[in-house]
Amino acid sequence: MGAVAAGAVVWPLIQQMNPSAAALALATTETDIGAIQPGQQVIIKHRGQPLFVRRRTPEEIKSAQAVDVAALPDGLARNAGKDAALPASDANRTIKAEWLVVSGVCTHLGCTPTVSTPSAPEGEYGGWLCHCHGSAYDTSGRIRKGPAPENLHVPVYSFMSDTRIKVG
Amino acid sequence: MRLALRIILAAGLAVGLTGAVSAQEIDTHARAPKHVEYKFEGPFGKYDRAALQRGYQVYKEVCAACHSLKQIAFRNLMDHGGPEFSEAQARALAAAAKVPAGPNDKGETHNDSGEVLTRSAVLADYFPAPFPNEEAARTANAGALPPDLSLMVKARHHGAAYVYSLLTSYGEKPPAGFAVAKGKYYNPYFAGWNIGMPQPVTNNGVSYSDGTKASIEQQAHDVVTFLAWAAEPKMEQRKQMGFAVLIFLLAFAGVLGLVYKKVKGEYALK
Amino acid sequence: MSGPSTYNPKSGIEKWLDQRLPLPRFMHDTILTFPTPRNLNFWYTFGGILTFCLGVQIITGIVLAMHYVANAGLAFDSVEKIMRDVNYGWLIRYVHANGASMFFLAVYIHMFRGIYYGSYKAPREIIWILGVLIYLLMTATAFFGYVLPWGQMSFWGATVITNLFSAIPVIGPGIATWLWGDFAVGDATLNRFFSLHYLLPFIIAGVVGLHIWALHVPGNNNPLGIDVKSPQDTVPFHPYYTVKDAFVLVLFIIVFAGFVFFEPEFFGSPDNNIPANPLVTPPDIVPEWYLLPFYAMLRSVPDKLLGVLVMGAAIVSLAVLPWTDTSRVRSNRFRPTMKWFFWFFVVACVTLGYCGSQPVDATIAGIPAVWIARLASLYYFAFIYPIMFFVGLFETPKPLPASIAQSVLGDKPAAAE
Repeated sequence: MGAVAAGAVVWPLIQQMNPSAAALALATTETDIGAIQPGQQVIIKHRGQPLFVRRRTPEEIKSAQAVDVAALPDGLARNAGKDAALPASDANRTIKAEWLVVSGVCTHLGCTPTVSTPSAPEGEYGGWLCHCHGSAYDTSGRIRKGPAPENLHVPVYSFMSDTRIKVG
Repeated sequence: MRLALRIILAAGLAVGLTGAVSAQEIDTHARAPKHVEYKFEGPFGKYDRAALQRGYQVYKEVCAACHSLKQIAFRNLMDHGGPEFSEAQARALAAAAKVPAGPNDKGETHNDSGEVLTRSAVLADYFPAPFPNEEAARTANAGALPPDLSLMVKARHHGAAYVYSLLTSYGEKPPAGFAVAKGKYYNPYFAGWNIGMPQPVTNNGVSYSDGTKASIEQQAHDVVTFLAWAAEPKMEQRKQMGFAVLIFLLAFAGVLGLVYKKVKGEYALK
Repeated sequence: MSGPSTYNPKSGIEKWLDQRLPLPRFMHDTILTFPTPRNLNFWYTFGGILTFCLGVQIITGIVLAMHYVANAGLAFDSVEKIMRDVNYGWLIRYVHANGASMFFLAVYIHMFRGIYYGSYKAPREIIWILGVLIYLLMTATAFFGYVLPWGQMSFWGATVITNLFSAIPVIGPGIATWLWGDFAVGDATLNRFFSLHYLLPFIIAGVVGLHIWALHVPGNNNPLGIDVKSPQDTVPFHPYYTVKDAFVLVLFIIVFAGFVFFEPEFFGSPDNNIPANPLVTPPDIVPEWYLLPFYAMLRSVPDKLLGVLVMGAAIVSLAVLPWTDTSRVRSNRFRPTMKWFFWFFVVACVTLGYCGSQPVDATIAGIPAVWIARLASLYYFAFIYPIMFFVGLFETPKPLPASIAQSVLGDKPAAAE
C-alpha cells in the first residue's frame, strides 16, 4: 500500500514535465489547400517552423518519379510518417502524387529555400534553391547538389478531405 | 538535325554545368577582417566621444532606415562613457524621432487610414524600429532580414574589424568564376560573398556637423565606434574598475605572501 | 585524524551556545585546530578555492535571478537589461559567467591533483566518489545555465545535447519530449532549466558538505602519499593553512578579475550575442570549453547511441579509480612509471578539449581531428582501466620516506608544537 501511495504521489510530478495541453494544441496544424493552383506553393507555420505545401504540375510529378534513387546524395525517404529505412522514392515521400508536403527548413543550416517555378526557376532541379549556401532540391524535395546532407523532411500529415490537410 | 541539336544542347549543358561547378569550387569563406585598430581596444581603451557622436549621425541617417537598435534608448546618448550628448541635445534628438503612441483616450492605436498613431520620442523611449515585424522588414528588403545592430560588434569574431571591413569593401570586384547571386551584392568579408545589403556608406553621404570629411573610411570608423559602444556601453567603467581592483588585489597578495612566509617559518618548518 | 575535541569555551556566551548548538566547537575543530599534514603544497589549496567559487556562483546567481526572466520571448532582453540598466549588473553577470569557467579550471586542477597523489585510494574512496558526483552535478548545472541567456549557442547547444536522448532505443524519443516539455527545445524547456539551474547548486553544496566531512575522518592525504604517524607530522589548520589558502585564493582572484574586467567574453561564443532562432542553425555549434573533452569523445564515435554511452562512461569511470589502481604506493612522486602515464593522460584530456573546439571535419597537421580524438579517447579509458591495473602490479616504486616530519624537518629533533 505504501508503494501505491508513493507511486500516486510521484506520478503527477513526473507527468507534469510532458507537453502541456497548450503545447499539445499547437502540435497539429490544419490548412485549407483548395485554393492552391498547380505549380504553386504556400508556406505554412507548423510548430513554429515553415512548411512547404506544393501542388505539383504533371511535369514536376513525372520528373520527380523518374529520378534514379540509387544515385541520390541522400537515399532515405526522411518521412516521419513512414519507416526510417525506406528509400527516397517519390512514392515514399507523398500520399497523393499531386501534393508535396515537406519541411521548409534546409537540412544544412536551417535557412528557408526559395521555391522554383516555371516562370522563375531556382536551382537546376526544379524544386527549391537555398540561397544561403547553394543547396539545390528537386521536385520531390530531395537534395541533389550543395552542402545539405539530407532531403527535406516529410512531416506526419494526412488528408482530412480533398481540400484540407492536418499536419502533426 | 535532331542529333546535332542534341549534341549542341549537351555541349551547352556541359559548359554551363562545369562553369557552375568551378564556381562552387571557389572557397567562399569570409575573408579575415582587415587589420584596423580602435582607440577603445586594449586594457586602456576609451571611446572617442567625437567619433561616437559622428557615428550616431551615420547610424541615424544611413543605417536606421533598415536596421533597428532596440537595446539603446535616447537617454543612453547622455551616458557617461558614451556619446555624452548634453541633456538638451539628447531631448532634441529624441523629439525628432517618432515612436508608436499608445492607445489614445478613445482606445485607438491606429488612425482611420490604418496607420499607427505616433508621437515624438522622449528620453525614456528606445530607438524606434524601422519595420513593425520581420515579415515587413523582409518585404522591404527583397526577402533579406536586416539584423538588429545593438550587439553586432559582440556577435561576430573581431566584430569591430568585421563591420569596418564589410562597410569599406563594396568597391571590390568579384574574382573570375564567381557569379554574384541575383539580387545580392559582392562582399568578400561576408560568408558566402553574397550579401543582401547594397552599399550603405558612400563618399560624403553624410555631412558631419563637426566638419570632418565624410569619406567612406571615416564614416565606417565612426559608425563602428558607435556600434561598439551600443554593444557595450559599460566598457569604460569596466576597465577603470578593473585597474582599481587589480592594484588592490596585487597589494593584498603581496601582504598575504609576506604573512605566509612568516607563518610557514613559525609553524610548518619547526 | 578526527580525534576528541580540544575546544574549551571560555566566555559566558561560548558556554551557553556550546550546551545548545555547538557551532563554535564545530568551527574550532574543523578550521582552527584540525591536524593537517605539514607538507601540503600549493596544489592542495584548490579545495578552499572551489568552496569560494561555489559561494560566488550562488550569491551572484541569486542576485541575477532577481532580474532575469525565464521566458523564451524575454530572456535575452532581460540579460541585456542586466548588462545595461541594473546597477553593477554588468559586473555581476560577468562574474557569474566567468566564475563558471574559473570554477571548472579549479575543479580540473583539484581532480588532477587527486589522481597524481593517489588521494582516491583507501581509505578515501568515498571522498573521491562524492567528488565525481559533485563534478557531474557541476556539468549539469553549467549546461542548464548556459541555456538561460537564450542566445543562438544556448538554444542550439540545448537542441544538440537533448537530441542525444532520442538515440536511446524505443523510449528515446519519448524521453526527449518529456525533457523538452514540447516537441522541440522551447519555452517549456527554458523554464525547467532555470528551475533546475537554481536547485542544483544547493545540492552541490550539500554533497560538498559530505565531501569535507568524509575528508575529516581519515584526514588529508599529502604529496608523499604516506600516512600521518605522529603529531609531529601535522600542524593545526590555523594559521598556516588558513593563510596559505587565503594567499593562493587572492592569486586565483587576480586571474579571475583579469578575465572579468579585461576579457569578459574570452570564454564565451560570439554567437550567443545573437537571440536564439529555431530557423537558423549556426555554422559551428560548440559547448563551453570545460565540456569540450566530452563533446570530442561524443563526436569521435560514429554511432549516436554509442557516443552517448562512451561519454557517460567517461565520467562514471572516474569513480572506479580506487579499485582499478593496484599500486600500494599512493603518490606518483614515488611511482616513476605511472608518472609518465599520468602526464600522457593530462595531454590526452587537453587534446580532446582542442578537438572538441574544432569543426567536425577539421584536420590537425593533415590528420582528421576525429582520428586524434579517437586515439585520445582510447588512451583515456586505457589509463583508467588497464594501465592503472597493470602498472601498479609491475612497477618498482621508489623507497618512501620514514615519515612526513622527517621529510619536512629532516632529522633534527622536532620543536614542541
